[in-house]
Amino acid sequence: MVLDKTEKQDIEPLNNKDIDGSVTTTNESISTSDYYEQLAKKAIPHPPLKQSDGISRRGLLKGSVVGAAGTAGMALALGNSQARTSTTQDLDFGEEDLFDHSHDFAGTVGDIDIDSDFDPMVFLQQFDFGTKSKLDNGQTVRDYNIVAVDRDIEIAPGVKFPAWTYNGQVPGPTIRATEGDLLRINFSNAGTHPHTIHFHGVHSPKMDGVFEVIKPGGQFMYEFEAKPWGLHLYHCHAVPLKRHLHKGLYGTFIVDPPDGRPAAREMIMVMNGFSTQFDGANTFYAVNTVAFHYAKKPIPVRVGQLQRVYLTNLTEFDLINSFHLHADMFRLYRTGTSMDHYEITDTVMLCQGERAILEFTLPEPGNYMFHAHQSEFAELGWMGIFEAHE
Amino acid sequence: MTPDQTSDDHPISSAGIGFRILFAFGPVGLLSLLVALFISFGPAGVFQAGFPPIEELDVERITFEPDQISLHVVNGGPEPVTVAQVSVDEAFWNFSISPSNTVDRLQRAVITLPYPWVEGEPLAFAIVSSTGIVFESGAEISTITPLPDRNYIMTFALLGVYAGLIPVLIGLLWFPFLRNLHDKWIHFFLSFTIGLLLFLGMDSGVEAIEAATEVASAFQGFAILLTGLILAVLAIAGINNWLDIKNYGNSKASFRIAYAVAFGIGLHNFGEGLAIGSAYSTGLISLGTFLVIGFAIHNTTEGLAIVSPLSKTSLSPKPMVFHLLVLGFIAGFPTVPGAWIGGFSFSPIWSTLFLSIGAGAIFHVSWQIWSSIKATNSNALGNPLNILGLMTGLILMYITGLLIVG
Repeated sequence: MVLDKTEKQDIEPLNNKDIDGSVTTTNESISTSDYYEQLAKKAIPHPPLKQSDGISRRGLLKGSVVGAAGTAGMALALGNSQARTSTTQDLDFGEEDLFDHSHDFAGTVGDIDIDSDFDPMVFLQQFDFGTKSKLDNGQTVRDYNIVAVDRDIEIAPGVKFPAWTYNGQVPGPTIRATEGDLLRINFSNAGTHPHTIHFHGVHSPKMDGVFEVIKPGGQFMYEFEAKPWGLHLYHCHAVPLKRHLHKGLYGTFIVDPPDGRPAAREMIMVMNGFSTQFDGANTFYAVNTVAFHYAKKPIPVRVGQLQRVYLTNLTEFDLINSFHLHADMFRLYRTGTSMDHYEITDTVMLCQGERAILEFTLPEPGNYMFHAHQSEFAELGWMGIFEAHE
Repeated sequence: MTPDQTSDDHPISSAGIGFRILFAFGPVGLLSLLVALFISFGPAGVFQAGFPPIEELDVERITFEPDQISLHVVNGGPEPVTVAQVSVDEAFWNFSISPSNTVDRLQRAVITLPYPWVEGEPLAFAIVSSTGIVFESGAEISTITPLPDRNYIMTFALLGVYAGLIPVLIGLLWFPFLRNLHDKWIHFFLSFTIGLLLFLGMDSGVEAIEAATEVASAFQGFAILLTGLILAVLAIAGINNWLDIKNYGNSKASFRIAYAVAFGIGLHNFGEGLAIGSAYSTGLISLGTFLVIGFAIHNTTEGLAIVSPLSKTSLSPKPMVFHLLVLGFIAGFPTVPGAWIGGFSFSPIWSTLFLSIGAGAIFHVSWQIWSSIKATNSNALGNPLNILGLMTGLILMYITGLLIVG
């Protein structure tokens, strides 16, 4: 099984301390230009995230509200108060608290086990550039290894889902290349059912991952040129299709333009959901699998820095999903195939399989919530917070 | 020669006793050994199921306090269930669970949610287990759960007296009217009583079945129901035996039946009290004037049912009044403790048990009355007056039952 991290195409796993705001987080510069390399050099270290060294008095106060409630409840209350520390300091009215903190009670209880499993914070900024080499004619070749494997994943604290995964994670690794690169994706099926990888984008129908279904134990080399530039996706196309997607066989496929995009801090967000009862209705919703993860552990963002979100909708069962940013607006690039933005908005609705690039800059410190504007999805897990610091 | 006599006639040797003990407990010992081996060495491969265990978690009771809701759950499935997340109205919510997140088989736990619920609105809950199984439940109306305080106790004591005790006693006052009637009219009223009782028995039985379906499967609601039915029949037989010892002269049999009727109706009213108490505490009924009046009229007919078997007794007034009071109390008062218990700790298990006991008792008593009619008139079934009486009883209960609308 090729799940060992050391075999993951030289991608250095990111530490938590590295993930707050470095630009295009990879150890590899992109070949098409020195662009990303320069960016990486320019990257200014992000101010350290405020740690919960001191559980604030407010935190304790909140803790005691749920105190009778036991440790699980405590964990959430503290988690949230930590998230709010930076903004609530100057709003603290002491004992006579003028605010209703009912939001503190919403959401899941407890934390997922990120040490042994998938860490959404790492996934957020982890790109798989493959193993790079060059052909005689100068064309860049990128080799990727993708293995389909069955695995129980934690989709909310304490809730396991019997997933089918690419490389043991849901969503699968974010495959990234530059337009014109030759991609060789070595796919092996270590699962218990036949699978494929079907890439969106332009390629030969022989490489479409639809008609040649790979049996368990089988292998296949998908080989095609990365085009056109934009934001795409990949997923299994074995039947029954709905089940193969819902079980977790999907991921983001980014094709960079030859000249790259403006310098930005980049994030991958895959909107997904899980029907734990397999009854055609999602029990949990999220971006990047774990319900409420980015609400309980807000994403640190630097004020004034351009943020870029690669947003893909891979929700099953519900026809549409959406992304709504609070207290700011974003430039919307549908499918990422144009450098001219489609519109400036704070809410975008995407059909299943539809995707868009979002760009925005947060103007001042504070907590900026983002979530599906379907309140039902939001309250069932698709909710997060950007925590902006100077 | 029965086996019992064998042992008397031919005392067996101590070795024989040893063998007998061995034969008596041998199979039990072997079964214990099998269970012990199974538990310590694990099942033979074939029993190791690869699929996820069938989990079951039933919400038995939902209580509302200001800004807080408690779900009282019981694990009625074969495997322990670990509660991972809880949602209220399709929103995952903060909760705590005591004594533990993992609820073992047949164990109970309380999930507490801080929640800004809205008075009078329905609310849906979903409990998600660690394996992703979702257990859904709901409150039809959100309303403060009454505390077991003086006010509540008094309310239901008064309800029991107004709607249970007094009407039954009023019904008993038909006694002088029934006395010394012609046999055929006595049979009419006895048939009428059978009609009333069949209705009450059916009512209890249906409610027992409804309650049994809500019992967590491990507690086997329908086994409880059957046990209750049979227990009732045996209990009344036992009470009859006990009453045999007392001497009521010629009226003995009549009193036996009257007490059995009172006992059966008492159990029915206890079950009814449980239902009223729990419906009141979950906001499903309000104790309006109409409800109380409905119960009063309904229960007055129960008094008539008790006294009709006594129409031929000849007891001096003083002991007669005493007996009537006791009969009225046995039949009417159980509404009060029923409502108390139902309001504070409603459990479908107890409802099933008491309602099925009530149903069994009532059916048994109906049979007793029927036998007493047949003893004097072998053609009782075909008698138009008896048929009219039975049908009047059923229809009267149906009509007075219409008055009881929460």
